[in-house]
Amino acid sequence: MGAGDAGEPDFEGWSCPLPLRDHDRVVIGHGGGGKLSAELVEHLFLPAFGVAPEVQLHDSAQLDLSGLLEEGRRLAFSTDSFVVRPLFFPGGSIGDLAVNGTVNDVAMSGAQPIALSTGFIIEEGLALATLGRIAEDMGRTAKSADVALATGDTKVVDAGKADGLYINTSGFGIIPDGVDIRPERAAPGDVIVVSGDIGLHGVAVMSKREGLEFGTEIRTDCAPLNGLVADMLSACRDLHVLRDPTRGGLAASLCEIAGAAGLGIEFEETKLPIPAEVAAACSFLGLDAINVANEGNLVAFVPPQSIDDVMAAMHGNEHGRGATVIGTVVEDHPGVVVARTAFGSRRVVDLPLGEQLPRIC
Amino acid sequence: MCLAVPGKIVSIREDRGTRMAVVSFDGIEKEICLAYLPDVDVGDYTIVHVGFAISEIDEESALETLQMFREIGALEDELAMNQAAAQTAAVEAVDPVSTEPAQ
Amino acid sequence: MKYLDEFNDPELAEKLFAEIERTVTRPWAIMEVCGGQTHSIIRNGIDQLLPDEIELIHGPGCPVCVTPLGMIDKALAIAARPGVIFCSFGDMLRVPGSSKDLFRVKSEGGDVRIVYSPLDAVKIAEDNLDREVVFFAIGFETTAPANAMAVHLAEQRGLTNFSVLVSHVLVPPAIAAIAGSSTSRVDGFLAAGHVCSVMGTWQYGPLVEQFGLPIVVTGFEPLDVLEGIRRVVVQLEEGRAELENAYARVVNTDGNLPAQQMVEDVFDVTDRQWRGIGEIPLSGWCLRDRYVDFDAERRFDVGDLDAPESALCRSGEVLQGQIKPNECEAFGEECSPRTPLGATMVSSEGACAAYYQYRRLDGSSVDLVRT
Repeated sequence: MGAGDAGEPDFEGWSCPLPLRDHDRVVIGHGGGGKLSAELVEHLFLPAFGVAPEVQLHDSAQLDLSGLLEEGRRLAFSTDSFVVRPLFFPGGSIGDLAVNGTVNDVAMSGAQPIALSTGFIIEEGLALATLGRIAEDMGRTAKSADVALATGDTKVVDAGKADGLYINTSGFGIIPDGVDIRPERAAPGDVIVVSGDIGLHGVAVMSKREGLEFGTEIRTDCAPLNGLVADMLSACRDLHVLRDPTRGGLAASLCEIAGAAGLGIEFEETKLPIPAEVAAACSFLGLDAINVANEGNLVAFVPPQSIDDVMAAMHGNEHGRGATVIGTVVEDHPGVVVARTAFGSRRVVDLPLGEQLPRIC
Repeated sequence: MCLAVPGKIVSIREDRGTRMAVVSFDGIEKEICLAYLPDVDVGDYTIVHVGFAISEIDEESALETLQMFREIGALEDELAMNQAAAQTAAVEAVDPVSTEPAQ
Repeated sequence: MKYLDEFNDPELAEKLFAEIERTVTRPWAIMEVCGGQTHSIIRNGIDQLLPDEIELIHGPGCPVCVTPLGMIDKALAIAARPGVIFCSFGDMLRVPGSSKDLFRVKSEGGDVRIVYSPLDAVKIAEDNLDREVVFFAIGFETTAPANAMAVHLAEQRGLTNFSVLVSHVLVPPAIAAIAGSSTSRVDGFLAAGHVCSVMGTWQYGPLVEQFGLPIVVTGFEPLDVLEGIRRVVVQLEEGRAELENAYARVVNTDGNLPAQQMVEDVFDVTDRQWRGIGEIPLSGWCLRDRYVDFDAERRFDVGDLDAPESALCRSGEVLQGQIKPNECEAFGEECSPRTPLGATMVSSEGACAAYYQYRRLDGSSVDLVRT
């Protein structure tokens, strides 16, 4: 195990199916809409996204929704932008995040994502091998999430902007009839479940961040959760709330939901699934695992009569094996999240003001 | 001032005359300056604050402290149990199973 | 984690709580000086679970919160200078100066970087020889050896582009100032375990003698904090005032001599302003004249930025246990975690910030008693 091994991209392994002109870096012309742009799309993005070379490209993707509309008449529609540094971190890249992030946002409404758009803002000078690797990550991740990368756009900005690369993805899905998932549906007595270990993504990214670097086996938990959500809905159509705790961690999600629902939340600290290495990283940085970002985790508010079925469904899915009950919704202290410590005391869990920072005291 | 955590020394090297170590915190590995603990070795546990090992951890002392915690209250519990047993005996002496009073 | 988890054992904590309960017969006020201990107490709800007779007063133990306004303003001024790379521990980023904080300076184009260790700042200086690199050297005695080493190595390696903005504070003078105050209600102190791992325990004996109050050197995990409290209570109940070391696995009488030697070489004692308290004589460290070339205050000529503290702020009285946070008129009004006026609200472990959280619970019907 070496500090730099996990997650380092292997550019040797990336080979372009048809050689681009003799650039090995992105230049302003690649965003200009002319031949260079077309080459970038044709020789880098489309192969990476798994689009057959004979497919015709239009200004917009045209998708046939008949069949899907029989399931429901509401659209779940989400957008997210990804500006993570570093671009590659243990277990994944900005490309994986970009796909899974929007897939998961759509899935948190109970919908199966149908298609994603991908917008790239690329810093002039970014190595094409880097871009190619990220595009491949996106293609592979979209395939495993069973979602199409249907349309995209590329812009190139001057060197010094965009931190290498920014990606935006938007996506949509149909919310099945009978499914109504939103924070206002939380009800006293609801059982609160997390789908697995928390704190992995944040620690993985931090381990590569300049000024903090440390060696660790921890890899991001970045994963598509739409399959897990589908299994959970099969067990209980009436799930009340779903949220993927990304920035701000589990604490932020619980606080937001409690606030939106106007109800209280109580959970047991001892029930939080925190891997030992995440706990150790948080210890030496002075962070709390409930504030650390996740990218392959969800928290669900389940009507109590369905909890056994939902837990069984979660444990049967590869992304829900570690599902654990952590708490309940209560009528007390509306809008406030309270943690019960291992010692039996209670403390209020608040939204952190901003980004979590390592501390010395 | 305060946030310092225990870690285990995994390896030691010199960087331009300054002793440095890789310290493991339950698998998290970080390079730490060992200049202030010239006598510690690989396998020792130290307290680490802002990238510096500032004190060695005395294993024996740690175990003693934990043992003391385990025994806290044990004497009182024993006394309480003895007291309860004594009280029961006293009650029985005054009010025995048979109806005859003690003499 | 080894040497941490064992000292978080809830069953052993239960025993210690019971033992404290058994021992205490009348009210006592105990102050922990160290922010790390305050954090441990509040995070684990230890003060909720102690018998009512015991009042914990949270002392000025966070070097971040007691850094005076003027010093923050100096940091902001330096960080805003073009070409400067300003390196700081994460804690300082959100501490407000007179009008902004380091985060804001960053957003306005300042190159502000968070570092884990002062040596990271030295490395940044080595990697950026064409830039001025400044490190914000704050902390109690625990952090001083690290900050001193940074200066020492910079000198050794001939880094003329590296300087430090020093704002070190010392624990014993703070204890003396509080214990010596005529309005202090503190009956006993928990001394800061990691400060003592560097400095030893010998500085606290004279304080015990002078003020006749028990001082127990205490660690940070819940069991350590409880043991420190227990020993203070035992002494108080028995009418004793002695120095004890309840963190023996890490602390000894003499401390870390190589660390002390380096600190002695680089730093000199000086008077310091403590945010919310005022000036405490000889309560801080500054760079020795020998290292004047590494003094950011002189290199950047921000020497006379002195900002008055808010007139509304009563954190000094809170720090000494004279008033509770909610007895201050500004509490929850002009002063909140989002818009802190003083030391005790700036840090999430400060007494006022902690009370802010409990206040929300008080407004609802949550029973804080251990169930």
